[in-house]
Amino acid sequence: MKRTGAQIIWECLIKEGVEVVFGYPGGTILPAYDAMLDYPSVHHVLVRHEQGGTHMADGYARASGKVGVAFATSGPGATNMVTGIATAMMDSSPIVCITGQVGSSLVGLDAFQETDVTGVTLPITKHNYLVTRVEDIARTIREGFYIAKSGRPGPVLIDITKDAQQLSCDFDWDSAAPRLPGYRPDLRALPSEYQNALSLINSAKRPVILAGHGVLQSGAMQVLKDFAEKAQIPVAMTLLGIGGLPANHPLNLGMMGMHGEAWVNHAIQQADLLLAFGMRFDDRVTGNVKTYAPKAKKIHIEIDPSELNKVIKADVALVGDLREVLEEVLPLVAVGDREEWIDHINEMKGDSAVRDIQNLPDTGHLYAAHVINDLWRYTEGEALICTDVGQHQMWTAQYYKHNKPFKLITSGGLGTMGFGLPSAIGAKFAKPNAEVWAISGDGGFQMTAAELSTAAQENIKVNVAIINNGYLGMVRQWQEFFYDKRYAATPMKSPDFVKLAEAHGLTGIRVTERSQVESAIRQAQQTKGTVVIDFRVEKEDSVYPMVPAGADLHNMIRRPMPKKPLNETLKHEEEMEFAK
Amino acid sequence: MTAHTLVAYVEDKPGVLNRVASLFRRRTFNIESLTVGHTEQPGVSRMTIVVDTDEFGARRAEANLYKLVNVLRVDDVTTQAAVMRDLALIKVSASAATRSEILQLTDVFRARTVDVTNDSLIIEITGTEDKIEGLIEVLRPFGIIEMVRTGIVAMGRGSKSVSPNPPLVAAQVMEVAGATAN
Ligand SMILES: Cc1ncc(C[n+]2csc(CCOP(=O)(O)OP(=O)(O)O)c2C)c(N)n1
Ligand SMILES: [Mg+2]
Repeated sequence: MKRTGAQIIWECLIKEGVEVVFGYPGGTILPAYDAMLDYPSVHHVLVRHEQGGTHMADGYARASGKVGVAFATSGPGATNMVTGIATAMMDSSPIVCITGQVGSSLVGLDAFQETDVTGVTLPITKHNYLVTRVEDIARTIREGFYIAKSGRPGPVLIDITKDAQQLSCDFDWDSAAPRLPGYRPDLRALPSEYQNALSLINSAKRPVILAGHGVLQSGAMQVLKDFAEKAQIPVAMTLLGIGGLPANHPLNLGMMGMHGEAWVNHAIQQADLLLAFGMRFDDRVTGNVKTYAPKAKKIHIEIDPSELNKVIKADVALVGDLREVLEEVLPLVAVGDREEWIDHINEMKGDSAVRDIQNLPDTGHLYAAHVINDLWRYTEGEALICTDVGQHQMWTAQYYKHNKPFKLITSGGLGTMGFGLPSAIGAKFAKPNAEVWAISGDGGFQMTAAELSTAAQENIKVNVAIINNGYLGMVRQWQEFFYDKRYAATPMKSPDFVKLAEAHGLTGIRVTERSQVESAIRQAQQTKGTVVIDFRVEKEDSVYPMVPAGADLHNMIRRPMPKKPLNETLKHEEEMEFAK
Repeated sequence: MTAHTLVAYVEDKPGVLNRVASLFRRRTFNIESLTVGHTEQPGVSRMTIVVDTDEFGARRAEANLYKLVNVLRVDDVTTQAAVMRDLALIKVSASAATRSEILQLTDVFRARTVDVTNDSLIIEITGTEDKIEGLIEVLRPFGIIEMVRTGIVAMGRGSKSVSPNPPLVAAQVMEVAGATAN
């Protein structure tokens, strides 16, 4: 049957199972938007900025496991997507971005709103396409979806010229199957290589599993649990691995890395074997690689061969889908007894518990960690949490404990401020029945605050907790620790967030004391539309522990011991001590 | 650091050269030479990439090349039995007094003279990089006016043919004896 290119786009999206797209129209994508009205089964969300659209597609993808879709026009529309695409690339999130391009006869002539967006996004997409012929649209979209979601997922951008959208051709889905002779998402280690891994595992005395995003992306949660339990190996989580093993599982140690738990980092440094499962040894995880886990052999299981031996040399490197590999290894692994090692790690927790802000006397001050801990309590740990980037993000990772996967959505690899609210909106479209909370800083919230208007127009309910410390807090913390407290460009004045919510026809709540936290959360839960809570927290609090960038993983700056009431202690930075 | 010679089979599509070049740039590899041309198979181009890196870097480059959707196969021919050839055109000053000496040298190197004027010669030489460097050195005293080189092309020796589609095994894991990344 004959279809215009614009119609083919929608036909293909429907065939791919797309129910919602996040976009913003403009001249070169107009044909596609015009055709959209004839395909009402796909819901279009009009975003307020194309960056927000890409983050929504990303949040949708991470919450649903499906491909998220974003639309934009050429030129400025497409370039506004760049941050969202780079974010999805670094966190291996499957999104497809469809952009309009100027007519094919104008490409290369600096036409109005022409940007070489395939050139711009070449290094930040898994793959991208410029489509100039209507006949190529269907196959390209099929390939794009396939590439985005298979293997190690990632963003794909498809730039379609206006004339290709306008012209017509025969549309036949079946004959437009992907032709990708060079694409190999299904590489597998040879089973003979498992033996090397097994002998290392079975003889290890102090092993630690490092569980990354790959656990969730390959759906390896159950087999990871079975594996850890059978071999009795404790599990440390990367930021994006959180939820891969229930937080309350006795073998789950917690988060590793720059703001990881002290005992986790010490356990890694003392380990004799690391089992890296679907993670990539980011520098935020390793600290100084020269002193990283010096006594440990390393087994690395990864779907992307280029990650193997990239940062840390593996003694056994296995390519493959983590779940498939673990399912094959699990029956072969010996039942373990590592009580001594696990007891030792538990002993290391002791001193951290004393320092933990949750265990300090309540001084009436509003600490971010308390807010997040309360939020965890009053949402029964069941909420789908989307964070922005900064101190509040790290506190969320530390204090909002997830027992289920796909419940924490956060920009890990790129650390993109402005990610929180739009990713929460996207996640809500994926999981309409979930209680969705965005936890943002006062700085990052303002980067994409315009998406409140999207939430209002869509009548969609997300709750936004702004951890308002009056600073670009994470940067302030670095200035406090490493730049002699010279607060260059980090104090930030913000609008009245309550009024801002109200200006959008939404509900705003202000919280200045610990005693108000519960009722504010309850009110947000009971209110119909989107609610913004402005939590006015302690201004100069810091995230502990902290491994300074590039320092040895065991050299953490620890929260000062409570010699005085906490509010005073925190102000005395000279008491800051470096753990041995 | 040593030169590594990679042969990449790629789909003959717009922008593929850009993808490969961009990969080497953003992963901070230094390309010494890169040549592209057709192969015996329609739709498949072949690149010979000489990159200045250690064994570890070469494996990293290879693994990253495989991540490009349009790359079909990559071989590191550095230590394989392979024929490697570079072609140079060298324009050199030649007066009546020096011409015959230059022509003699050209003969010794089995190079060819492809253009003669009253005061210059263009010499064409094909061979390994060493051989070409050798000729350049002996011509330099006469005055090199202009020079161009194609960069290396490489081909494995023997009758076995190379399919652009490698088997789906873990062969692409970077395994480097003795190399430590950390
Ligand atoms: C787009 C972007 N710009 C700059 C940064 C650098 N940065 C990292 S954290 C941070 C401060 C964030 O402040 P805020 O949103 O108030 O959160 P807080 O750390 O105070 O919780 C900044 C500026 C970034 N990560 N992303
Ligand atoms: Mg802040």
